Amino acid sequence: MMEYNEERCVIELQVNGLARQVMVRPADILLDVLRQELGLTGAKPGCKNGDCGACTVIMDGWPVKSCLVLAVEAVGHQIMTVEGLGASGGKTSSKSSSAGTSAGSSSGNADSGTGNGSGNGNGADSGYIDPVQAAFVQANAFQCGYCTSGFLMVCHALANQKPDAEEYEIESWLESNLCRCTSYQEVRQAVDIMLGRS
Amino acid sequence: MIPVNFAYCRPGTPEEAVQAYEGYEKAGKKTWYYGGGSEIISMARVGSITPEAVVDLKEIPACCELKEEGGHINMGGALSLRAIADSQCFPLLGKAVGRIADHTNQCRITLGGNLCGTIIYREAVLPLLLAEAQVSLQGPSGVRRLPLQEVFDGRMQLLPGEFILKVHVPKRYASMPYFHVKKAPTEKIDYPAVSLAAIIEKGRLRIAFAGICTYPFRSKEMEEALNDTGMTIEQRLNKAVELLPEEPADDAHCSRGYRQLLFENMVGQALMELSKASEAGAGA
Amino acid sequence: MGGTIGLNVKRKEAWAKVTGQAKYTDDFPTVGHYTARLLTSPYAHARIISIDKTDALSIKGVKAVITGEDYPNFCGPLLLDRPAIANQIARYAGEPVAMAIAVDEATAALAAAAVKVEYEVLPAVFTPQEAMKPAAPLVHENIGKYGHAAEDINPRPNSNISSYFPVRKGNMTEGWSNSQVTIEQEFFLPPSDHLAMEVRAARAEISKDGMVTITTSSQAPFEVRKQIAECFQVPAGNIRVLVPFVGGGFGGKAPVMQELLAYIASREVAGKPVRLVMDRKEDLTAAPSRAGLSARIKLGATKEGLLQAAELTFWLDNGAYTDIGPYMVKAIAADCTGPYRVDNLHCDAYGVYTNHTYATSCRSFSHESLTFCIERAMDLLAEKLAMDPLKLRMVNAITAGHYTPTQVLGTFSNLGNLPACISRLQEMTDWQEGPPVQITADTVRAKGMACFWKAATPPTNAPSGALITFNPDGSLNLNTGVVEMGSASQSHLAQMLADKLGISDDQVHVVLEVDTRLNPVHYKTVASITSYIAGRAVMRAAEDILAQLRKMGAEALSCFPEDIEIKQSRVYARQNPDIYIEFKDIVMGYKDVFGNSIGEPVVGRGTSMFKGLSNLNPKTGKGQSGPAWTVGAQAVEVEMDLRDYTYRIIHAYSVMDVGNLINPEGMSGSVRGGMSMGISMASRENFSYAKNGRGEMTTPSLRSYKALHIGEEPIYELDFVETPQLDAPYGMRSMSEHGIIGMPAALANALSKACGVAFNQLPLKPEDLWRTATGTGAVAEPMMAPDAAVAGAAAGDAAGADASAAAFAAGAGFAEGGIQ
Repeated sequence: MMEYNEERCVIELQVNGLARQVMVRPADILLDVLRQELGLTGAKPGCKNGDCGACTVIMDGWPVKSCLVLAVEAVGHQIMTVEGLGASGGKTSSKSSSAGTSAGSSSGNADSGTGNGSGNGNGADSGYIDPVQAAFVQANAFQCGYCTSGFLMVCHALANQKPDAEEYEIESWLESNLCRCTSYQEVRQAVDIMLGRS
Repeated sequence: MIPVNFAYCRPGTPEEAVQAYEGYEKAGKKTWYYGGGSEIISMARVGSITPEAVVDLKEIPACCELKEEGGHINMGGALSLRAIADSQCFPLLGKAVGRIADHTNQCRITLGGNLCGTIIYREAVLPLLLAEAQVSLQGPSGVRRLPLQEVFDGRMQLLPGEFILKVHVPKRYASMPYFHVKKAPTEKIDYPAVSLAAIIEKGRLRIAFAGICTYPFRSKEMEEALNDTGMTIEQRLNKAVELLPEEPADDAHCSRGYRQLLFENMVGQALMELSKASEAGAGA
Repeated sequence: MGGTIGLNVKRKEAWAKVTGQAKYTDDFPTVGHYTARLLTSPYAHARIISIDKTDALSIKGVKAVITGEDYPNFCGPLLLDRPAIANQIARYAGEPVAMAIAVDEATAALAAAAVKVEYEVLPAVFTPQEAMKPAAPLVHENIGKYGHAAEDINPRPNSNISSYFPVRKGNMTEGWSNSQVTIEQEFFLPPSDHLAMEVRAARAEISKDGMVTITTSSQAPFEVRKQIAECFQVPAGNIRVLVPFVGGGFGGKAPVMQELLAYIASREVAGKPVRLVMDRKEDLTAAPSRAGLSARIKLGATKEGLLQAAELTFWLDNGAYTDIGPYMVKAIAADCTGPYRVDNLHCDAYGVYTNHTYATSCRSFSHESLTFCIERAMDLLAEKLAMDPLKLRMVNAITAGHYTPTQVLGTFSNLGNLPACISRLQEMTDWQEGPPVQITADTVRAKGMACFWKAATPPTNAPSGALITFNPDGSLNLNTGVVEMGSASQSHLAQMLADKLGISDDQVHVVLEVDTRLNPVHYKTVASITSYIAGRAVMRAAEDILAQLRKMGAEALSCFPEDIEIKQSRVYARQNPDIYIEFKDIVMGYKDVFGNSIGEPVVGRGTSMFKGLSNLNPKTGKGQSGPAWTVGAQAVEVEMDLRDYTYRIIHAYSVMDVGNLINPEGMSGSVRGGMSMGISMASRENFSYAKNGRGEMTTPSLRSYKALHIGEEPIYELDFVETPQLDAPYGMRSMSEHGIIGMPAALANALSKACGVAFNQLPLKPEDLWRTATGTGAVAEPMMAPDAAVAGAAAGDAAGADASAAAFAAGAGFAEGGIQ
């Protein structure tokens, strides 16, 4: 049984394909650990209450709000942040069958845990552009950029899990995130571009 | 950021979970079973709860089970709402849980967590009450399996150290015609003002609600009245309002009056669906 | 000209924002930083009897606990009425009363919670109407004694009136006697929030020799420098303010708040670096919000619909402190009639203190609120006249040759072309007179429209500047004091600069971060004035570069400077284009083939300052408060379910005169974003406060305070009119905020038409509509005595209904349902 009973403990997280050791309190949320311990500040603290989606990361292929996940809960699971987009050199192939039970990884096929030589160890050194990034730029689907990482991660997971998603499904995935700058029309357009529908 | 510290463990079997729970409690630690974590994290963040230990149930295989067995669909208490909805194993339940929180949160929130939550809506319970579901509760003295309605009285009545291991839904209910409406104040992603789930079983309506009162419920008396073809639709609606277990809730989320208006409209819609279904049944 | 104008150039920082590389204030490493956390008042109005820090200070890792007594200095952009931390009196629920500084956030949070404060609850006022009553509790006892940072504001001692701007024009007696039809109506808009996705954050550090470094999510780095200097007597030159990317501002990050707190926090711990991040609850309750507005509008017109008289009173709810509120009141006064010609005018605009969270500028500087009142009134007038509301607007539209409320002569340059906008809107919407369209037995569709105008109301001498340096490849770096917070202002400036220098847009690098030591002063990134005032500076800097290149080019090419052409990153004499010098060979100074040094490296310098603006005459309002207006016409189409008053917004339309559409996609995005915010604000957003004697906000999270999600947005249709503003670079008008302005009014007009009930207050949640339509719920208390009220055109509308009614508001989204 996995147990963390001390005030502080060292855990190993799999982030963007790399094994990262960090010292945390068991009560620390994943968002804070990603940002403050690993320097992965792409995930944003918009509300820390699960309402805005700006902190969304991908865990085992599914979007999760990292403000509502304990860092210790992430042990043994694959985490992907916006900094890991494009690191794998293409659309990821592992496709999990259901949320919450899958152990599939959306990013584990790259940089298998030994550092990628980029210096910062945060992945994304291949220069590859993920289709979701290109789509968001093309469609002007952001302005201030603060909600963007969260939207990108939801869209990336969607592209992998439900490439044939119907409009209502796309909407239901994206309802998890708030954007205050755009009208959402641009975000929809970006999703269409990403899925090759426009 | 959660200011207080707590211990965390992730058992691999139900028995280990109970042992861990009891171990922490014996050591004087206030302990919570931990599902998706949404409520525990957000309440601990603002200091409304101060857990001293949490026992994460999500990687107990039995709690993640989803399979048919002996005329029942068995669903582990740690299954995510999204996994349940995507599985299509019980479409009405899928609809109901697919409207809880938002899609991303549904990937974390567990069935057991929603049923045991402190937030008053607990909408996952509505289809389960209609389907005469049973629950298996794991506790210090082993597993007890019993009808959900015996342990759900507005909220789960669990014994100390117990958690929901599994929910068992009789398969025949899972495929019956159903009706689900959730109306939230203004914004789709919100708690319900009124949430309604209904099953039509052989021309009879089974119906359960959340939001209209301060707890979710299924009322047999109300079902009797709604199925009483001796009354006009309007009489049945009035009777339904009369038979609410308490006055409609009246709070900052939604006023009593508007909740009642929504309730009447939604029940009216359900009755129309019922009459459509019985016409279709008569025609067949 | 290089031909970059009119292109859909992508924003300069696009890739930084899709890779997580864009750094916002709290994205920098936290190692070595202490963290500060706030304790805020649970009461809307309370005397602080005592504060006990003992328990908090005894927690391991706590470095300091600060209270208001430690730093009693008053701050503010106009009136110095606000201490960084409440001192003796807390004036709104959410106001900081103590701040704990500790080694980490968890410890600081525990410490803040351990500070014990004893309060004596005082009576509070929650609406302008309560605050204006003669015996109302005073939010500030001594407003007469507060210092002023601006000369043209006038708080009234012994009252809750924080500012007042009148407008008087023409002859009211004549106006009313020429009016065959009059309407009079009260309107009410509650306060709400900017809801930028990035919560406010700041860091501060003070070196041993007194150098202060502040990093902050601010729209106003130079104002931060000014206020810290003035409030805490620090030499301005000792202060360096850094602003990286800002995650949305919408006016809410123009005030100086978190910076003051971070500064005193660092000062209290011997200058160690301290970070302060407001959590979402604090960002909603403690930090400034959008102002509420109450209004009474009386209009008179001939039976043909020509406006003859307007008597207008506005009460802006500026909450517990004024911040920029007095200038919002001034802006309301200056644009009080909406974009219509009214020759006989009597307007009183008040700023009123209440015990709400203090308010500040919010996208369009109260014009969305002003416009709501005027444009609802126009619909009521049209109804009473039995006239098409579009026609009524058309015949009254202000245009060249008319005088504005503050007696500025209108020209096409300063006003644009509103009639053209209305005409285009008519075509786009297929505007029809007549009743709502029945869709099913229970649902109808209806359209509503609104026109708007807005001029900026900056200080009459607001400055800006641009500094341009070159790189060895011939590309250049544009430095301004403009903050990048989503509006792409800097990218637009780059586009103008590229065009002006005749180079391609990708040769312009923009310095996106602001450092008050490096970047030239820029008033604030507010009021959509960047393209104008920073644009002027950039144009002047470009002229400066061109002059230097001409001089050097003439020497190098042996010709007169006036012969020099500069195009496509080349310098040549027009009589001999075959011989040219690439930018890269000249911008760092030129060396000819013989090794002679010619000229010197090029640095472009341009500054600007508003010209020709004046304070408003304190009796008549005469004067020019802004450089020019941007006008537009907007509409929405709704489909409403009459059973439960739920509705969907099907279409939203906007036609705006932007002067010059220099970047069609980018500018359309700004307009749509504004429209979206307006729809969200009008349909669901409001702060509500508990009526329990404490007066705390009941909507302090994104779970209770709802903003529009995807799936609820309409189909947007936009078009533009281009009437150049002659004194603006490329004729481009201010436009970043303006998409929001007409939306609340257009929505209310559409819903009023759909329902046949006048909806005169926000928000327009289904439950609120149900309340108004059925007369259910709290009874309205008008601003004025009942005998002064004149029946409006529509029966049954309760004016100025109780603000708190909204606290219990609810409605219903469209829900799916179906038998399988």
